[in-house]
Amino acid sequence: MINQAEQDAIAATDYFALFERPRHLVLDTVTLEKDFYRLSRQWHPDRFARAAPEEKQRSLEMTSQLNDAYRTLKDPIARTEYLLTIEGKPIERDKNADAKEIPADLLEEVFELNMQLEEMRAGGDDPDIRADLQRARTNFEAQLEGAGSDLQGLWQQWDRASDAHDVTTKTKTLDAMVALLHRRQYIANLVRDVRAALGVE
Amino acid sequence: MTESTINRVVGIDLGTTNSLVAFMQGEKPVVIPGEDGSNLVPSVVAMASGRAVVGNAARKQLIEHPETAVYSVKRLMGRGLEDVQEEIKLFPFRLAQNLKSGEVLRLQMGDREFTPPEISAQILSQLKRNAERYFGAPVTQAVITVPAYFNDAQRQATKDAGRIAGLEVLRLVNEPTAAALAYGLDQQHDGIVAVYDFGGGTFDISILKLHEGIFEVISTNGDTHLGGDDIDNLLIAIAVDDIRGDLGIDVSRDASAVQAIRKAMIDAKIALSAEEHVDVDVPLSDGRHYRRAITREQVEQLIEPVIQRTAAPCRQALVDAGITPEQIDEVVLVGGSTRIPRVRTLVDDVFRLASRGKKPHTELNPDEVVALGAAVQAHILGGGSATTENMLLLDVTPLSLGIEALGGVVAKIIQRNSTIPASATEHFTTGVDGQTNVAIHVLQGERELAKDCRSLARFDLKGIPPMSAGLPRIEVKFLIDSDGILRVSAREQRSGKEADIEVKPTYGLTDEQVEQMILDSFDYAEEDLHERQVIEARNEAETLLTLVDKAPSNAAWQMLSADEVETIAARRAELESAMAGTDYKAIRDGIEAVDRATRRFAELQMGAAVSGAIQGRTMDSAANELGDGPTAPHPFAAAEIEGTTKQ
Repeated sequence: MINQAEQDAIAATDYFALFERPRHLVLDTVTLEKDFYRLSRQWHPDRFARAAPEEKQRSLEMTSQLNDAYRTLKDPIARTEYLLTIEGKPIERDKNADAKEIPADLLEEVFELNMQLEEMRAGGDDPDIRADLQRARTNFEAQLEGAGSDLQGLWQQWDRASDAHDVTTKTKTLDAMVALLHRRQYIANLVRDVRAALGVE
Repeated sequence: MTESTINRVVGIDLGTTNSLVAFMQGEKPVVIPGEDGSNLVPSVVAMASGRAVVGNAARKQLIEHPETAVYSVKRLMGRGLEDVQEEIKLFPFRLAQNLKSGEVLRLQMGDREFTPPEISAQILSQLKRNAERYFGAPVTQAVITVPAYFNDAQRQATKDAGRIAGLEVLRLVNEPTAAALAYGLDQQHDGIVAVYDFGGGTFDISILKLHEGIFEVISTNGDTHLGGDDIDNLLIAIAVDDIRGDLGIDVSRDASAVQAIRKAMIDAKIALSAEEHVDVDVPLSDGRHYRRAITREQVEQLIEPVIQRTAAPCRQALVDAGITPEQIDEVVLVGGSTRIPRVRTLVDDVFRLASRGKKPHTELNPDEVVALGAAVQAHILGGGSATTENMLLLDVTPLSLGIEALGGVVAKIIQRNSTIPASATEHFTTGVDGQTNVAIHVLQGERELAKDCRSLARFDLKGIPPMSAGLPRIEVKFLIDSDGILRVSAREQRSGKEADIEVKPTYGLTDEQVEQMILDSFDYAEEDLHERQVIEARNEAETLLTLVDKAPSNAAWQMLSADEVETIAARRAELESAMAGTDYKAIRDGIEAVDRATRRFAELQMGAAVSGAIQGRTMDSAANELGDGPTAPHPFAAAEIEGTTKQ
């Protein structure tokens, strides 16, 4: 049975609360999956195939919300972006905004990479340029990984500040995450371009 | 609700080539055979003297009167005129004249026109009747399987077909998922399973994670226009070429000849899965024969490109699931085309099975496994039992859902392989002062541009309160339900007004059209009813005649006068001639007349001692009481008629 009050409570709640969790970013995906399965067994429309239309509808809406929540929370980047949204700092999700705000410390490397990509396109498959691009690829892939571990550091910082109700650190961490996600997306686009130029997946 | 009705949700595999109906008998799913005892009902529909016939009867008609029959109609479900140009070249579909783009297709069958959902509904009705005969009671609810890669329109068309056939479709289940369910019932292993489903007209690959009874689909991919049909068409083309070259006749316009060749080539294809070579012999209308020896090697070469087309979707599914082939614990083979040895070696390669000492699962009949799984899901939805109580299917949407944004690009709002039900909320506003309508174009597919994706629906948000441009804030909720079908709702947030929206599918039947088709099928239900009454009366008459034939060997017969024997013979002859016609009342009258003529014999037979008690009884019932008669007629007939009138 699902009653209206239960559904309203779920609808008003955020994804973390739906999974009965604090707004923490360090998250054990194994227990998340267990909870997902447990709640699916309770709410899934298969359990309400012969129920009254209103109850069917509630089951459908709650399960879709559960699925959306699980999909968001299990993915590290989606989880971080979701937290930023509900904390009032939504990320602008524009994956093709390559030219926008090149992170200052990357300016020189990006400039060089663009030249190499240009040469590759113009001059065909020159082994020297290919070697340059390979080095660039290794470099940016390492930076992407670095951004990943930086993000994990910020997660821990956020979780601690959140538990301590330390508003100043919380705000500072949110801003740092916004900047880091922008940077990470920027590097991810570079990696995508250089891989494409090299003809690897 | 009684136990018997709870269990009467059936599982239906509505296939391109064959269709099946199954249900859970106790704790095991079983296929319900048709009247001819066969589990498979060929998905062929034909019109014979104004009536639809389905299955083997229609298959016969396909060769004799190809213009009245349709096969592989599943390929046309939920498709528009633009989508089927390839199909029309390869299949003998006779589209109705004056079809307009954006309209649901109509096919010519004899002198009438039908939409693909109506033709599919005929197949579903046949399966429904088979199940009703088996249960002796009406069947009104079903789970129907669809290819995992079916889009919204194809799913909706399948659901419409169910409604037209008088079935409440409790759920559409993806075919590979159903197959996994059928296997999972037997072998409760946890692990990662790939289901490779290569059927008559569609190909699907699904990767699932099995965990304590939960069947979670992680990714799916496929091609809804790739199947055994494509292999058949290649073989037919070779034969047609041969005949043109060797015998100098062009048979490509002779529909009957093409169907005879098609049948011979399908038989050859099937034989070559076991044999190394086969001899084809097709008699042609001019008395000559087309004869050819075909080796497996030749066919494998010919069909290699078709089989290779299944590899890329498999690889994409692995990438989407984020796993390597080595992480796949089991591979399940589904669909008749997986009997082809070359298909098995390809599966072996893609999932690196042999090198890991593994073999794909083929324990369950690949033609039946989907229907069996559908029966399991039907059982779960019907309330389940101890065996299934722990089982739960979590499926995904195969295609991304997007909306057309400025410049014709697609903004994805629900990614493919999202667990369903899934939802997304988007906000829209107006561009002009006082604007009260906003048009939204919903698409399905993976490409970046709207023109390369499948147009799913266009709709207008109407009744927006007039405000300055950009001020209204319309929240639109897109929800993909458990059948994989989109539902849309919208609200203007500033005024709190529910926007009046009408989602018009790009290719699909409106509710009114479906209602009309249900009404139309009523008209035919009357014809069907008549047909059934004739059949019932004939069956009863035959039973009676068998008894009459046995009578002379009974001692009581000797006690009848010559006149009486003569009268019985005369009535008997009259009944036989009535049976040859289609007037069921005449048959019933004939039965009564034979009964009257044999009444004295029945009394004599039962002996003087009890004759007083059975005064007025007929031979048939007397024989029943003596334990010598036929078993009670099956209750199917009455129950089914009742079910028909109730809908």
